[in-house]
Amino acid sequence: MRQYSNVIAAYSIMLFLIILVGVFQSWSIALSILNYCLISAVMTIGANIQWGYAGLINFGIMGYTALGGLAVVLVSVAPVPEAWSAGGLSLIFCLLIIVVIIFLIKYLIKNKNIKNKTFIISSVIISGIIILRFISAPAIESIESVDPAKTGFLGGLGLPVLLSWIVGGLFAAGVAFVVGKIALGLRADYLAIATLLIAEIIVSIIKHEDWLARGVKNVIGLKRPAPYEIDLQNSEWFINLVEKFNSTKLNMITSISERKDQLSQLVIDASSIYVKLCFSGLFLIVVVALLILTQRALYSPWGRKMRAIRDNEISASAMGKNVVKEHLLIFILGSAIVGLAGAMMVTNDGLFTPGSYRPMRYTFVIWVMVIVGGTGNNFGAILGGFAVWFLWVQAAPMSLFLINFFTANLPETNEIKIHLINSAPYFRFLIIGIGLLIIMRYRPQGILPEKIVKH
Amino acid sequence: MDFLNAIILLLNFTILPALTYGSQLALGAIFVTLIYGVLRFANFATGDMMSFGTMFSVLLTYYFQSVGINFGILPTALLTIPFAVFMMIFYMLTIDKFVFSYYRIKKSPPVQLAMVSVGVMFVTQAIIRIIIGPSDRRFLDGEKFILKATEFKEMTGLNEGLTIKSTQILTVLVTIIVVSIMFWFLNKTKTGTSMRAYSDNEDLALLSGIDPKKVVLITWIIAGILATIGGILYGLDKSYRPFVYFNNMLPIFAAAIVGGIGNPYGAFLGGYVIAFAEIFLTYAYKKFFSYILPESLEPNSLVQLLSTDYKFAISFSILVIVLLFRPSGIFEGKKI
Repeated sequence: MRQYSNVIAAYSIMLFLIILVGVFQSWSIALSILNYCLISAVMTIGANIQWGYAGLINFGIMGYTALGGLAVVLVSVAPVPEAWSAGGLSLIFCLLIIVVIIFLIKYLIKNKNIKNKTFIISSVIISGIIILRFISAPAIESIESVDPAKTGFLGGLGLPVLLSWIVGGLFAAGVAFVVGKIALGLRADYLAIATLLIAEIIVSIIKHEDWLARGVKNVIGLKRPAPYEIDLQNSEWFINLVEKFNSTKLNMITSISERKDQLSQLVIDASSIYVKLCFSGLFLIVVVALLILTQRALYSPWGRKMRAIRDNEISASAMGKNVVKEHLLIFILGSAIVGLAGAMMVTNDGLFTPGSYRPMRYTFVIWVMVIVGGTGNNFGAILGGFAVWFLWVQAAPMSLFLINFFTANLPETNEIKIHLINSAPYFRFLIIGIGLLIIMRYRPQGILPEKIVKH
Repeated sequence: MDFLNAIILLLNFTILPALTYGSQLALGAIFVTLIYGVLRFANFATGDMMSFGTMFSVLLTYYFQSVGINFGILPTALLTIPFAVFMMIFYMLTIDKFVFSYYRIKKSPPVQLAMVSVGVMFVTQAIIRIIIGPSDRRFLDGEKFILKATEFKEMTGLNEGLTIKSTQILTVLVTIIVVSIMFWFLNKTKTGTSMRAYSDNEDLALLSGIDPKKVVLITWIIAGILATIGGILYGLDKSYRPFVYFNNMLPIFAAAIVGGIGNPYGAFLGGYVIAFAEIFLTYAYKKFFSYILPESLEPNSLVQLLSTDYKFAISFSILVIVLLFRPSGIFEGKKI
């Protein structure tokens, strides 16, 4: 138990901070912070598998998050039959052509007897793109013109939203397979740049292919695995529950109409908290399940093999370990977990906004989480997700407080004071950046360092 | 006549903008490549450092305008370059002293330095946003056009107009001057040679008495000049917005890697490769073909290979292709 004492201490501090937010700000805010902390924790578990276990630096987290979000749209939204009849067939035909092109290129690369290989391959690609545009352009146009204000896309399959979490993981895994095949041979910092740029390509495709998921027009009103607030507010059992919980408070009010108003206000507050609690429960299940799985994997022979590869690639391959294969596997696994997190996030928000996927928020902040929390330690990665997300959200109020504190002597009309107060939201970058620099310098292994278990 | 029209059309809408954009990218890419070659890490704070230098230029331009100093028909921002460069170098050296030098002396792996540069990126971005805010700013003054479309049409009697913005010519000229001075410095002077030696083989360079501190100092100074000038030229041509500068880091990285990271000549050409590819692949050639083809063959569609939304994606795809077939870049990398 003693070896876990600092883990328990760190987690209790984190929990205490969130409870403080609940007491001082509101429980609704505290719960939404908690939910986002849990989602960030899933992302950091994914990134930590790649970086901590295998030393692969993946700056493409943004792309896999977006793919997870796309999966939610494609699985849970009801299909749009008009759009399917308008251009569905030609798009399926396009998909077939893409598959044919890929196999043709693969065949050409493998075949050794062809001269001018580069020339033939590039002409195949260019003519393929031209044919694709000829077939898809009218189809896309007719799909996007189907009620553009509401749909204008093919829609999804209309399946339960929880299924999309798995599909999100699969999407990310599939893309990670291709990316890994392309990029994993590169040196560490090249790999970082290449994955970042490939993620940008993925996001720009999702952003601009309106027929797929409405692009920057966003998809709103996604299905939820939790009840809706409005349904709760009208259901008998929920009102009774709230009444029971607040009976002492309500009994103090004597007038009946006042009591009724008070009760309905309480029901509205409670419904939003109830929904967020449902999400927290779901997310907690995912985080705990992933934690158990990753923890078992870390201390299994496979985990030891990964660490051996990370610490010394050459000697590991001399011992007969297939470095390339293991790297690819772990790249896929980590990306799949990030994809799952992306699906969870979109489900939590109830909307899919491709325009919001930016490298700052979805790659670099996640990396800060992993580094700050502790690379190679799953508890550390989760803690990092919690701590950094908490800072990210609470930095603005905190810095506002500090600015007011330090400029208390200045008059309200002082220009510097006004400027500083207006720029309070940007102090979050400063706090996160300085935090990262300090951790990197004085505790490069993170808050909860990796534990090496000797057998 | 139609043929001339077609050429003017291409010149106006593709070649001139691509040259300008390419020059801006090239300056940034040489900056990335120098840091990578001499200090040996991928600097993720590139875009924000460029933005930092430009911020001073913007603020000083506003100040100069308010006290009535201007540069005639040229933009006032050119006058502010020395001050902005000075501030930029000062900032870079401070960062180097407090952040990077520790890891350099410890000989940390490049990945760690790259992560540290992410921290620097956050801090720089915060400072920029706190000082100047995130909004869009224009600071171009002086003569906006060298040649207007209508004037050109009157002069030549062609259907197509050619517009030359003063910022386009300025960008290309300043880039040529800065880059040629830099190459002269790297190849002909003793300090430049010692920099190249340090980049090629650190241990041998140290053995032959090269002072590493001096090399690092000179590298940051050159980097500061390149970053600031590149940033100011981009800001004059488009506009100054911190977020855009951060995003520009990505095509700049692509240019540096395509050219062969660590190789300034490669980075210089890489910038143009990326810029020309982006603009040529997203330009709608309909009008061009309507000039050079007979009427019966005129295309109905836009004849656009990819929509302009995919501008960035193109440069990244080029990078992926280059990494696949020539991982060391078009021109062998890791040399100065």
